[in-house]
Amino acid sequence: MNNRKVSIEINGRTYDREIEPRLLLSDFIRHEAGLTGTHVGCEHGVCGACTVQLDGEPVRSCLTLAVQAEGHSLRTVEDLAQEDGTLHPLQQAFHECHGLQCGFCTPGFLMSLEPLLAEARDFDEREIREALAGNLCRCTGYQNIVASVRLAAARMAGSGADETEPKEPE
Amino acid sequence: MVDSRSDADASSRGGTSERVIGLSVLRKEDLPLLTGRSCFVDDLNRPDALHAAILRSPRAAARIASIDASAALAEPGVVDVITSADLPQPVARIPMRMYPLPGMELLLQPPLADGVVRYSGEPVAVVIAESRYAAEDVFDLIDIVYEPHEAVLDPGLALDPRSPLLHPEAGSNLAGEIRIAWGDVEAAFAEADLTVRERLSCQRHGAVPLEPRGLLAELEPRSGRLTVWGAAKVVHTNRRILARLLGLPEDQVRLVELDVGGGFGGRGEFYPEDFLIPFCAVRHGRPVAWTEDREENLRALNHSREQTHDVELALRSDGTLLAMRDRFTMNTGAYVRTHGSVVPGMTAALLPGPYAWRAYECVAHQVVTNKTPAGTYRAPGRYEANFIRERMIDIAARRLDRDPADLRRQNLIGPELMPYSVGTHTDGHPVVFDSGDYPLLLDKGLACFGYEEMLRWRTENPGPGRRRGVGVGYFVEKSGIARWEYARVGVGSDGGTIVHVGSASVGQGVDTVLAQVCAETLGVPYDAVTVRHGDTDSVPEGMGAFGSRASMLGGSAIARAAEALRARLLELAAERLEASPGDLTIEGDRVIVRGSPAVGVPLGELAASTHAGAALSRGEDPGLEEEAYFDSPDMAFPYGLHCVALEADVDTGAVEIHRYAVTYDVGRAINPKLVEGQIVGGVAQGFGGALLEEFAYDETGQLVAGSFMDYLMPTAGEMPNVRVEITEDAPTPLNPLGVKGAGEGGTAAAGAVIANALSDALGNEAKTLPLTPERVVELARERRAA
Repeated sequence: MNNRKVSIEINGRTYDREIEPRLLLSDFIRHEAGLTGTHVGCEHGVCGACTVQLDGEPVRSCLTLAVQAEGHSLRTVEDLAQEDGTLHPLQQAFHECHGLQCGFCTPGFLMSLEPLLAEARDFDEREIREALAGNLCRCTGYQNIVASVRLAAARMAGSGADETEPKEPE
Repeated sequence: MVDSRSDADASSRGGTSERVIGLSVLRKEDLPLLTGRSCFVDDLNRPDALHAAILRSPRAAARIASIDASAALAEPGVVDVITSADLPQPVARIPMRMYPLPGMELLLQPPLADGVVRYSGEPVAVVIAESRYAAEDVFDLIDIVYEPHEAVLDPGLALDPRSPLLHPEAGSNLAGEIRIAWGDVEAAFAEADLTVRERLSCQRHGAVPLEPRGLLAELEPRSGRLTVWGAAKVVHTNRRILARLLGLPEDQVRLVELDVGGGFGGRGEFYPEDFLIPFCAVRHGRPVAWTEDREENLRALNHSREQTHDVELALRSDGTLLAMRDRFTMNTGAYVRTHGSVVPGMTAALLPGPYAWRAYECVAHQVVTNKTPAGTYRAPGRYEANFIRERMIDIAARRLDRDPADLRRQNLIGPELMPYSVGTHTDGHPVVFDSGDYPLLLDKGLACFGYEEMLRWRTENPGPGRRRGVGVGYFVEKSGIARWEYARVGVGSDGGTIVHVGSASVGQGVDTVLAQVCAETLGVPYDAVTVRHGDTDSVPEGMGAFGSRASMLGGSAIARAAEALRARLLELAAERLEASPGDLTIEGDRVIVRGSPAVGVPLGELAASTHAGAALSRGEDPGLEEEAYFDSPDMAFPYGLHCVALEADVDTGAVEIHRYAVTYDVGRAINPKLVEGQIVGGVAQGFGGALLEEFAYDETGQLVAGSFMDYLMPTAGEMPNVRVEITEDAPTPLNPLGVKGAGEGGTAAAGAVIANALSDALGNEAKTLPLTPERVVELARERRAA
């Protein structure tokens, strides 16, 4: 197998590496770039734990080859919080609403949902559940993840929002 | 609907300045997990590490005629291929850690198949290479000649004397038999006005945590000490097993738990890989890393739940439950693993549930077959038992034309009978329900659900092809097996409190809950407490996290150590402040004089004063740390009610949950939000078991649900919201906190109630889980035909 030179930008930093063409993007991110916040749960594109953003869009890094990311810009969970440690509103809401237990699936949920929340509006439960349906969580039963998204969306939409309490399910 | 303790309640307990037990404080675990700074085992790298890949049998039943790895070994990057012949001879089997039955020692699994494979997925060889890619590349170059023979998959057939024996040396495919009987069952059936007899079965499914298992093992060359990262659940027990299998002194083996991505009973048991990876690290003197992929995980991690029951109830026409007689098989797969007979033992012991029977008889047969070995999965044995019993009670209620909730109420064990001896036992230990007001919880549970409202909803017309049903299911859970736990609590010279505990984290928030117990008992702020666990070097002893035990037993050990430490701190401060310890208390990071907060001494200063030099010169023992064990010979029994209202489509078989409610008495909720999280997450797993998940096999013994495309776990799309009410009406007298474990009640009765509600909706009795769309359509069709 002939190795290929790639140059891939992750979280604003460029990684120049020589890699096998078959190397999965998830393995590139974890092993070449050392960004282990992206988790691999199934390696066949179902669980969503490995979700990262490719040019702003959520993709399954286990179903993408690293060479396909050449020249693109990636974003992983390590980039969500601000440099001073301030959490992204979505991370903060997961914390406050007990939206995670073991936390293994959490980076995938965050990276899947963050572009949606950038729309800065309120979402109803059905929309949120639809947005979550591509990510598996084995711990929470999703209820508190839905509550987390609601809280974050309300805060980001600025709808009076910082005071919004996590909602009890209907 | 989560009750948080009111301030008035909290202050009434008094004695300490921080009251955090009962508050839903935010979790200590979250920040690294949210920001990608967590460390799961596959995140860990060691320089010069080798990578292992495990070649697994593609056959369910075969003799291995030969293995030739020479072509694989010639490939670049391949360091070693290990087969059974390379292991120390005779090859040691993986021992049981719990509930052995006589003869089971003949059915234990070797780390690598030794001449015979008994299930598809059994480890046959380990490839060690410079990368995981290189290791997997040579699988096809390892030439293994299998001589297949007939696979035995059905436990009923496996007991037929004409069936091939999986383990000829054992002489039978019966791994174990449990018999429990008390009262005059024959007389009860003779006296009965109504008997109900059914065959009911629960399918094979399992824990499937989202993080696959992984291990990283490294031999430290200078000392010859072995470190294994990636341990979970029962770290100390596994160290003991590993040391024994490797022939090393226990002290030469260190196991370390990192972040753990879900356990649910499956992860953390001692599996073949838990020997193989450390063995390879010792053999090569280089670190060896291994992480399973999902396909391996689904074939290798313990399966669970496969049981078939022939069960009979005897009732009077007035609804009095007289007796239950049950005979069941549990398919334990190809080998008996670490759990021994825990699962069928739990089923047999807790099948009677919350009702006051006159007589009970159960015969359990644990049977080996050519499937993946089975072990525990959240509410092991009880998910099955609750399905069996609660289904039968609904069938009886229908025959008697009684409201199912009402029939249950009539037969519940009354609070005046507590503690209540059930007449059964687990591992020889009698089952005694410690405390509870079962009728009160039934009332609360029905109110939380809105039972009357849902019965009205049920009578509305849902439209063509749609049917509505309501189901309830009562259950008694157990918590805190394996009785004891270890804790050590100390104050550092920075004034912070460090807890070392033998409990383990499987992602459930144990650091948070245990810090709450420590903070309140010691009287320091929650934020000042750090909880450490899972490293055998820093925690000398421990039992771990299983069977809903961590909060109950770990918490109690911490409370005991923290109480002793508090007394010690007050004593030390009393000398400094020339006061009586009784006049002192802890506030924030200082010991102060009650009523005069300006007079005090910082905890950090007290800690510094106990450093060896200072303490020894005063003739005192150095250190500011207290150790404690907590021992509870008996289990505690939380109890609860699941209720569901659902609608089924008779043409598509789709099931839509309209409302789901769980009311659960956990004695005392240390962190209600986390208990609620356990319950809702537990329901999701029970819901998956009721409707979706099945480790289905074909007739040759191949797992046909070997990916997430085929093994369907609930997504946010199917999972309903769950109403949760946590009650604290019956704190257990068995520990100082009153706490009963809360980890399993969300799962325990989910199969039972969904089956009950679907039976109600379709007018036909569901007898087999999971209730897939095909089965729902079939039940509806049978009803129409009848």
